Amino acid sequence: MASLETLAKREEKKRKFESGHSLCAGCGLPIAVRTILNSIDGPVVASNATGCLEVATTRFPTSAWNINWIHNAFENAAATISGVESAYRSMKSKGKIDEDIDFIAFAGDGGTYDIGLQSLSGALERGHDFTYVTLDNGAYMNTGIQRSSATPKGASTTTAPAGEEKYGKQEKRKNLTEIVAAHEIPYVGQASISHLQDLADKSEKAINKDGPAFLNVLSTCQLGWRIPPKDAVKVARKGVDTCFWPLYEVDEGEYNITYEPKEKLPVEEWLEPQKRFAALFKTGNEEVIDEIQEDVDKDWEKLQAKVS
Amino acid sequence: MSKDNKDVLTGHQVVANAMRQVDPDVVAAYPITPQSEIVEYFSQYVADGKVDSEVITVESEHSAMSACVGSAAAGARTMTATASQGLALMMEIVYIAASMRTPIVMTVANRALSGPINIHCDHSDSMAARDSGVIQLYGEDAQEAYEFTLMAQRLAESEDVLLPVMVTLDGFTLTHTAQVAELLPDEAVSEFVGEYDARYPLLDVENPTTQGPFDMPDYYFEHKLQQVEAMENVPARFLQVQEEFNDLSGSNYDGLFETYKLDDADYAVVVLGSTAGTAKVVVDELREKGKKVGLLKPWLFRPFPGEGIKDALVDKEAVGILDRSLSFGSSGPLYLEISSALAEEDRKPRLYNYTYGLGGRDIKEDQIADVFEDLANPDLEDKMRYIGARQ
Repeated sequence: MASLETLAKREEKKRKFESGHSLCAGCGLPIAVRTILNSIDGPVVASNATGCLEVATTRFPTSAWNINWIHNAFENAAATISGVESAYRSMKSKGKIDEDIDFIAFAGDGGTYDIGLQSLSGALERGHDFTYVTLDNGAYMNTGIQRSSATPKGASTTTAPAGEEKYGKQEKRKNLTEIVAAHEIPYVGQASISHLQDLADKSEKAINKDGPAFLNVLSTCQLGWRIPPKDAVKVARKGVDTCFWPLYEVDEGEYNITYEPKEKLPVEEWLEPQKRFAALFKTGNEEVIDEIQEDVDKDWEKLQAKVS
Repeated sequence: MSKDNKDVLTGHQVVANAMRQVDPDVVAAYPITPQSEIVEYFSQYVADGKVDSEVITVESEHSAMSACVGSAAAGARTMTATASQGLALMMEIVYIAASMRTPIVMTVANRALSGPINIHCDHSDSMAARDSGVIQLYGEDAQEAYEFTLMAQRLAESEDVLLPVMVTLDGFTLTHTAQVAELLPDEAVSEFVGEYDARYPLLDVENPTTQGPFDMPDYYFEHKLQQVEAMENVPARFLQVQEEFNDLSGSNYDGLFETYKLDDADYAVVVLGSTAGTAKVVVDELREKGKKVGLLKPWLFRPFPGEGIKDALVDKEAVGILDRSLSFGSSGPLYLEISSALAEEDRKPRLYNYTYGLGGRDIKEDQIADVFEDLANPDLEDKMRYIGARQ
């Protein structure tokens, strides 16, 4: 595992992603993006789906990016980078380019789980040499905290709000990491902004694979999760320690759990600090928390079975 | 230099050959009738080692244009082809391709838009893209589609243009029909199109750029005006490209639209694409009978060469404008352009709008002759007429 010293040293190099952007305090996105890009040694070109990351880092005429970066639209970060990567392979084979260049795509959960799923699936199947990063904060935060298919069951969002009769989103979230793993690409990793060394290692592995790689990174949103900005990393850690968001990888088809919580915490510890789950703690909704715990337990067992 | 390959070829084959001769770095496309065979032929050229392109066999037209934008922004010469629903699906990104100034050359094999679903020709697909910011060229036959595809490359990549160019040819009528076509030698095309040298390629890692950033109201307007300026540069640049192409090929392109026996005509029809061929036959027949009739066929529809067309039509008695698409609740797109071009004139021809050929409905010589007969009637009521439709 990359040491903290190594991570700190990477920060001293010329940064690929700079400060000065307008992402919120307590936002997980810049933590993830910096850690991932710091893990890439050589030149890299990024595509970025529409979303908070794009809007808050490239308000014309400013930019937080010290690398070549392209935003096309919301649902096509994967297709766009597949075009860039194909251009690279074509021009390299014709001798028009010498350098070795890596390719990466960033998108949110809305831009991946929902509207961008087809574009991602197509690019994975075609085998482009790129890493796709989903920054999953569990809702359409940029447009005002609307429900996505990544929104956890029980969360209140502006389009699936808690009310007199409903506690929030009724459905379990989509398991995108497993959907991507079913594409049998060289590398799939699930990571969190609470575990930077783990994220750095997975980034390095992903980017160094020949062919497509995928990272699903749990990322906080203080507005959507309704948490104090200072607690962002702490809350994300609860997601990992309750096994709501296990840290694992599928490396060349082999499942590895990369972090085992010393003690698997009850799911309330993840839910309770986030006011988006407040309705679950009202009398009469105890069953919902039990259901969420059951889902987490089942998924965790399934994952463990895949490892052995 | 002369053309060396006079042959009988389908529209698919000539466009695929134009693409092979252009030798793009990347082609990203998705199958759709009546375009599919263009990319099939091209893929075979790649499989046979006749061209060194990366073909991205994307999972949708939306991804086709998305990948094209990525590829062109990377600095690669990039082409695609589509039709109908495919163009409709990629429309979001067609606008973005234009705004990002990516010089993508795309073929559109014109086909009716759903619904009802229909695979045959009309112009509703490309007309839906007329405000997207792409340049539009309409070909009358396979030969024009071939030559426009080559010229489009130069036009798109001109430093003061840098816009996508859409070259259209009528689905089935031109794509699936074998016609006599003359291809230029490969080396001549190579020399004509030259190398594409992108100004700010994403693959220039020494000079990073942020492409496709977020504009607030303080910059968006000016960025759109830069597109306006690029569009305004197109006519002069197109004429220059035509001149160079004529030198190379012995062709006689000399404008933004073609006129046929129009100078001394009293009555004219205006039509896009393959129907111009039928109309020319009708003009010849009526001329033999002593009728002073003629034809105007725009090559360029975006930007629309209104000024030149106004001068060409202003002294006519009456003009019939034949649209092959509808703008529900308004007149046809071609009619609107021409009536707008003539709007300020004190003395102008009577203008009549006809809709024809929707969903592949044939238009025949006698129907075009009827239009000319209509035009000769000074009391003809001004209303939309639907040629050959049961009402």
